[in-house]
Amino acid sequence: MLKYILRRIAASIPVLLLASVLVFVLVREFGADPARVRCQQSRDPGCRARVTEALGLDASLPEQYVTFMGDFFQGDWGESQRSDRSVAESIRDALWETSQLAFWGVLVSVVVAVAIGVYSARRPYSVGDYVFTGLAFAGIAMPTFWFGLLVIQYATFELQQLSGSSEPFFYSIPNPLGSGPLDYFRELALPVLVLSVQLVAGWSRYQRSALLDELHRDYIRTARAKGLSQRRVVWKHGLRNSLSPLVTVVALDFGALFGGLIITERVFSRPGMGTLLLDALENGDTQVILPWMLVTGSLIIACNLLADVLYGVLDPRVRVA
Amino acid sequence: MSDVSSGPGRRGDPRRHLREAGVGEAATVSTGVLLDAAVETGEETVETAPVRSNLRLVARRFLRHRLAVASLVVLLLIAALAALAPVVSPYDYNPPLTNEVLDQARQPPSWDHLFGTDRLGRDQLTRVLYALQKSLLVGIGVALLSVAIGVTIGAIAGYRGGWVDALLMRFTDLVLVLPALAVLLILAKNPEPSFFGLFDLPPATEVPGMILVISVLGWMAMARIVRGEFLSLREKEFVEAARAAGASGTRIVVRHLLPNAVGPIVVFATLEVGLAILTEATLSFLGAGIELPDVSLGNLIADAEDTVGTDLSYLLVFPGLVLFLVVLCVNFVGDGLRDALDPRATP
Repeated sequence: MLKYILRRIAASIPVLLLASVLVFVLVREFGADPARVRCQQSRDPGCRARVTEALGLDASLPEQYVTFMGDFFQGDWGESQRSDRSVAESIRDALWETSQLAFWGVLVSVVVAVAIGVYSARRPYSVGDYVFTGLAFAGIAMPTFWFGLLVIQYATFELQQLSGSSEPFFYSIPNPLGSGPLDYFRELALPVLVLSVQLVAGWSRYQRSALLDELHRDYIRTARAKGLSQRRVVWKHGLRNSLSPLVTVVALDFGALFGGLIITERVFSRPGMGTLLLDALENGDTQVILPWMLVTGSLIIACNLLADVLYGVLDPRVRVA
Repeated sequence: MSDVSSGPGRRGDPRRHLREAGVGEAATVSTGVLLDAAVETGEETVETAPVRSNLRLVARRFLRHRLAVASLVVLLLIAALAALAPVVSPYDYNPPLTNEVLDQARQPPSWDHLFGTDRLGRDQLTRVLYALQKSLLVGIGVALLSVAIGVTIGAIAGYRGGWVDALLMRFTDLVLVLPALAVLLILAKNPEPSFFGLFDLPPATEVPGMILVISVLGWMAMARIVRGEFLSLREKEFVEAARAAGASGTRIVVRHLLPNAVGPIVVFATLEVGLAILTEATLSFLGAGIELPDVSLGNLIADAEDTVGTDLSYLLVFPGLVLFLVVLCVNFVGDGLRDALDPRATP
């Protein structure tokens, strides 16, 4: 097992390095010219040349890459141009915010998706199954940013009118404990809801077909034949074995969330990785963009690795291959 | 063409027999379809040319998928309305802001303005229709370009195999690892994109540039699918026969292998249309795409973002509803096509 894990880790190091090259070329060659963005307001014709030189953008691409990676590995990620905070600090804080949202979103989504998947697999082609299938299609086609705005509209303002309160409804429910954990969850509830809709739509379909496959296997028939209750057969035997594909998908998607929460964070004005990137792009703060991409890319690769390892742990047959 | 239901495949229900034998449900359903398919093609080849029979078979299977057919009808209707927007709508999407227009500002939906009017008196339905033109162009453009890139890479990898395959597929995996939306934002935010300074590329504030940007990250799944198909197809006897007959590599790929992979390609292209429309709207919403005064579904929603919680929120609801409906319909059509073209793929 340890050998398997080590092999997977070793295999992902070259991926990490190549990804950094790709990201570097993408940002430097195909992204906006930072000198141009920063000199937008300036009337000085020499502005662009000066900024280009100051940022070291006049060197060749390979030279720039080596310089940047050298600084990056020494922990010198530079200063943000807009605020006086260091880039490493901004990214660390943003990552913490995004992780909380991603964690609760994934937790809620897994529970709901498994519940829906089990329901649908136990009663395939029933009315309930069709309803959930329809909802999954709707969830996949739903534009996240629009759904988020609608949630704000209905969960806060429409309910405010109904309840006749003076504050937006969702934030006016009295909190008996004063501040503290309840406020924390109230802040997170709506973003998590929007995030979960996207995740549950995909995962519930996945869980449904995985469990459906499992319930037709021989060992399930044996379990039934020896007189186990339906509940025990499904929850103890079928579900356990059907979870391993879902676990890997969840691990993969969890990685993608670090770079993919941009919309949810933007709609709900939450600080985090997405907001950090959008601000940096808006202000031409290129010092932030490259480290941002490297950190998110590494997290995605790490989660892919985790998915591989988990798959090997849950399904011993994979390890041999 | 005789009635299919009298064919031997439908005599009794073969699925029941299989189910009793303990074969998994997913397998049984598709086996049933496969049995039907075999019977139908068998009958067809006797009467008409095999290519036509195949097409007709696919069409018939598609028509059986009622939701997909209904979605296709709705889509065609929406596309026609968008294409004929100047004829259908009596209003201009960006009229000169005369007093007459400004007097119409902030009108809730009515028979004169089905989607209401915005803060400057412009008819929202007209704006949505013009935005749809862009969305549909982007959707179709991205699907075509992504398929072109994906099929080329997948075909080379799958047909050549060996180190070429390894190299191309490692590259595909690498692109899949990148945070997609962030890359798209970075590309779309560049006002003067160029290809390594050699020649200029169109900016993403217009449709061609947008198509280019989204296609950059749109081809990986296609490449993997085509590669997989080719890897198994190239070992088949008919390819060996073609090679023995002296066919060149290009000819084998284009005439013998590609036609056999047409099903997954069409399904992918359809689903890609929906995804591209969503992506375009998202980028424009985030301010990295088509910009006002040009309208797109994304920037219409962004423009109406501050109407949340006011009486004007209808400005937000309708463009999003149309976007949602279009993407939903495209996905249903793709689902129907998958059932029709590749009965084995659907559980």
